[in-house]
This record gives sequence, structure tokens and C-alpha cells, in this order.
Amino acid sequence: MAVAAPSMGKQGGFRLGAKGQESAAGFFFILPALIIIFAFIFIPLLSAFLISFTNWNGLQPPAEAAGVGLANYSRIFGLDNTTVVRDEFFVAIKNTFYYTLGVVPAQTILALVLAFIVNQQFLRFRGFFRVAFYFPSITSSIVIATIFLWLFNRNGVINGVIAGLAGAIGLEYSPVTWINDANGIIHNFLRLFGLTLRTAPEWMTESRILGQSIWQWISGPSVTMLAIMLLAIWTTTGTMMLIFLAALQDIPRQLYEAASVDGATRWQQFRLITVPMLRPTTFFVLTIGLIGCFQVFDQIYVISQGNPAGTTKTIAWIVFRNLRDSQAGLGAALAFVLFVIIAVFTIVQRRMVGKTVQQ
Amino acid sequence: MSTNTVVSNLDARGFSLPPNIGKIIRTMLTYGVLILFALAMIMPFVYAVTNSFKELPDIAANPMRLTPGIRADGTPYNWTTIGYDRALNNQQINFPRAIFNSFFVAVVVTIMRVIFNSMAGYALARIRFPGRGAAFAALVGTLMVPGIVLLIPRYLVLSQLGWIDTYWALLVPYFADAFGIFLMKQFFESIPREIEEAAEIDGASRFRMFFVIILPMAIPALTAMAIFAFQGTWNDFQGPLIALNLNRELYTLPLALAFLRGVTGDAIQWDLMLAGSVITTLPMAVIFFIFQRFFIEGVSYTGVKG
Repeated sequence: MAVAAPSMGKQGGFRLGAKGQESAAGFFFILPALIIIFAFIFIPLLSAFLISFTNWNGLQPPAEAAGVGLANYSRIFGLDNTTVVRDEFFVAIKNTFYYTLGVVPAQTILALVLAFIVNQQFLRFRGFFRVAFYFPSITSSIVIATIFLWLFNRNGVINGVIAGLAGAIGLEYSPVTWINDANGIIHNFLRLFGLTLRTAPEWMTESRILGQSIWQWISGPSVTMLAIMLLAIWTTTGTMMLIFLAALQDIPRQLYEAASVDGATRWQQFRLITVPMLRPTTFFVLTIGLIGCFQVFDQIYVISQGNPAGTTKTIAWIVFRNLRDSQAGLGAALAFVLFVIIAVFTIVQRRMVGKTVQQ
Repeated sequence: MSTNTVVSNLDARGFSLPPNIGKIIRTMLTYGVLILFALAMIMPFVYAVTNSFKELPDIAANPMRLTPGIRADGTPYNWTTIGYDRALNNQQINFPRAIFNSFFVAVVVTIMRVIFNSMAGYALARIRFPGRGAAFAALVGTLMVPGIVLLIPRYLVLSQLGWIDTYWALLVPYFADAFGIFLMKQFFESIPREIEEAAEIDGASRFRMFFVIILPMAIPALTAMAIFAFQGTWNDFQGPLIALNLNRELYTLPLALAFLRGVTGDAIQWDLMLAGSVITTLPMAVIFFIFQRFFIEGVSYTGVKG
């Protein structure tokens, strides 16, 4: 800010030229924000990158941490012939993968369908529906996780509603212990056909890939993870619906009018106008959905803390757990691995959007 | 929502399936689906709010009831504010202080962000200075950094500064953000240049021009940004989680709530937790209902940007 001072004194003996004054004003305006962003994003990232090559425990001064070279990274990928860190990392990859695979398509499709419905010309109370769908998005993730923890209680509202619905069509429902059920839902599904750990073929249960048997890899998300997935879908669908709705309303009416003059059916209009016009928005929604899923943390913290049986350990969760358990160096390395994973997905998405726009 | 009005509404817009029957089915399906989803979105909150005013055994026994239930011996349960009592007079966490902390942090961060972001946005939109391109690129770069990746880096810097367990750690890192800067940049670019040129002829400096002429024109954009800043700070959990270690006096509401869940383990006191949830949500809900338009438009803006 001292830089800017001379240019302000109009009568001062020392005056900057018009160009100098303009530059000084530019620095004055941008410096506060830039300092904040450098001090709390760039410098932290850089120093954490350096710390990921040490055994820093998070409590000692970082300078006292001993350098360990690439050891943290090789532990993550099991390149040093130890398996503890690697196995946990790949459990977290598996859990995060199933979580993402369930949440992203569900929230995108639901949001799209709701946006189409809300966008219909004749609809009344549109404002009410928009507010209702969006309200969960403005609520604290901790509050939502707390409420869902309660709703998913064994004697809670969710089991009550399911029991009521099941009773109405004459079915028996034995309450699920949502918050403490480590069974994978694909395992549960296979059990219906008599396939369990005992009856599964040997090649599924014997060989181990990255610490888990094939049988374990195909478990699907645990019942507890499923509850957290439902929570995530419930929270984010509203925001995504609004994004789709804005995109739908941005499609020029004239396009549809011109198409119907040319004799296009409604289905043709949908396929040839709506779908292509929505493509960039869809990719955008998919990307923010993916990035959000890879980072899932708050809900895990409140609901399950990685339990039961490690089935809700996500990458973000083990990053935090390592910091808490005085393994901050390893945690930092995990965070950068996560960063790379997210960056790769983002770049791939950018490329794809770039291509579709060019077409 | 009687069928009559809806059908007459439909007449204005043609629809090519067999008349009337098709329309009615379509209308009913539309409202059916929407109402179902609206209920799914609203009911969890309704259950949480009503149960927060019930007695603990009543919550455990009759969570599905929106009003107090009946005991086994036939006597009715009562409405109560005991959950709120327990929250506000908690032994382990100073809840009133957490309410103050949440307000204090959110208000300070919002004010500072409005100032710093709009200044930076203006510089990027209108002022030519060396390094503008580099500054812009650096800001774009930060948009790529996922929040969870910053957890340990932020902790590292805050501990180096000696800010762990202080207000500074809850405030200063959030005084500017790239998203807000871009929002303001985009807005300032939409203001006609002639206004500044006229001011320049009158001899106004960049500073007067900005603070006296341009900023007052930006009030809608500033309001939108302020709302996002307030919401983001109010609901933030990860920031306070790493910034506060032992000093529970500085806990914000989300942190206090998560802490209470942690210390009670499996024997969660639901009257307390639901009351805490309602207290944490209420201020945001009020702001949301007053400024709905800004929220909805803000989200639409994000989408268009993508």
C-alpha cells in the first residue's frame, strides 16, 4: 500500500506519470487479495508438498522433521514391500469409487429430470418447488449429517417409513441397522442367489490383488456407505437441478419454433436441440459431482468415522486421520495423490467439453 | 391446485396427445413427482424440528410422530424445550459462545471478502498494470485446488504462524477467494466504460472513482457475494476443525455439534443434538428466505459459467 501513496498526492513534489499512477492503483487494488491467496493457498501447498517428503508428525516444528525421500509415496503404492498403508489406501480408493459410482449418476439424472419437470410452461408454484429443492444445499453439512444419523437410526424414521410401506403391500420388514452394517450391497444381492463367501469360487476368495481378494473388491458399498450416499444425493440434487434449469431456460425459444415450423416432432426437438444444448452443462455438473465425491469428508466424520469395518474410509478421511494420528507427512503425501486424481479427472473433462463445443 | 385451473392453464399451450385425458395425466404426474420430491426434501427438517421439542424417551419411542406421543401407561408426553436447555447450558461445550463465534467469524469474513474481492475484481477488470496476466493466472490456478487437499497445508502454515487456537486462524485465510474475485470482475466488466471516462475528465483518481462511483453501482453483485461468503463461512467445518485444537471456547456451531456427537459416542442424546441442529440452521434459513432470489440466481450463474 506504501507503493500507492506517492501517486495519491496531487500537489506533492514527486509525481508519477499517468501510466505509473495507473500501475500503482492496480497494485493497491489487487495486493490485499493476492497476499491472502499466496499466504493461505500457494505457500501452504508448496510447503505441504515439501513436507510430504518428510516424516513430520504435525506437532514438532516442520524444520525438525527428517527427510524420508519418496518413502511416503512408495508406502502408499506399496513399492517398499510394506502393505499396511497401501492396503488402507486401496480400501479407501475402493470405497470412494463405489460412493462416486452411486452418487454422481443418481444426482445428475434426478437433477435433470426434475429440471425438465419444473421447466414446463404450465407449472404453477415453481418458486415453491425451487426453494424446497434448494434448501438442503444451504444447510450445514454437519447439521444434515446429524439429522440423517438420527433418521437412519435403527428405530428411526427411515426404518419406520420403509416398514409402513412394506406393511401396506403385505411384506415383512426387519429393520436394517443402517449406521453399523458393513455388508456390501453387491454381496447382499449375490446372497439372494446363494452366493456367499463360503460358496464363492476359489479364484474369487483366494488370490489377493492390492490387499483384497476379488470377492472383497466386488463387495459394493456397505449398507452404512449406502446411507451416506443417499444423504449426498439428497443434499446436492437441488443445486444441480437449478444449474440444469438455468441452462434449459437459456436455450433460445426460436430454436424450438424454427424446428416445429420445419415439422420436427417433440422427440426430434428434444434429441436435436435440447440434448446438444445441455451437453456443456451436463459435463459441468458431472465434474463438480465427481470432485465433490472424491472429497467426501464431513458426513463421514459425523456419521461413521470410517467404520464399520473400514467400509466408509474414503481418501479424504484417511488424509485427515493421518494428520490426527501424528503422521502428517504421510497425510500430506496422500493429499497430493488425491490432488492428482482430481486434476486428471478435471482435465479429461475439460478436453471432452472442448471437443463437443468444437463439433 | 384444483384440476380445473390447471387444465384451463394448459389450454394456452397446445399438446399433441389425445386432448384432455393426456393433459390431465401429464399434469397429475408432474405435480405428483414434484410433490413427492418436495416432501422428501422438506420432511427430514420437519421431523428434526418437531422432535427437537419432544422429551427424550418420546423421541426414542415415537420418532415418526410430529406431536408428542403416549407413554406405555397411557399418559401423554408433553412439548418441551429441554433439548434447547441442554444445548445452551452444556457442560462440555459453551453453546452460546459457539453461536457468538459463528456470527462473529461469518460477519468479519463476509465484510473483508466483499472489500478485498471487489477491489481485486476491479483491478483485473479495468486497471492496466504490470503482472496483471500473472495475477489472473494465479487466481485461476487456485480454483483447481480442492478444499480437502488444503487441510494439511493450511494446518502447517497456521501452526507456523502460531495461529492455532486463535480467531486469526478462523478469519484471515478467508478474507479473499478466487471465485468471488471472478464474480466481481465479471460484474465490473459489464459497467460501461463511459462512466469512468467522464469521472476521469472531472479529475477523479482511480480510488475516488472506485469507492464513490463504481462500488455503489455494484450493490446487487456485492449482496450476492456477501450471501455466498456468509453461507460458506457459517457452514464451514473443515477450516475450524484444523484451526482449533484445544481451545473449545472458539468452536463455531458446526464444530460444536460434531464435538457433541463425538463425546456422546453411541449413547447420543437426540433432544440435545436435534436442538443444536435447529439452532445451527435457523440463521441460515432466515437469510435464505429473505434473500431467496440471490441464492437461486447465484447458482444459475455458476452453471452458466461452466
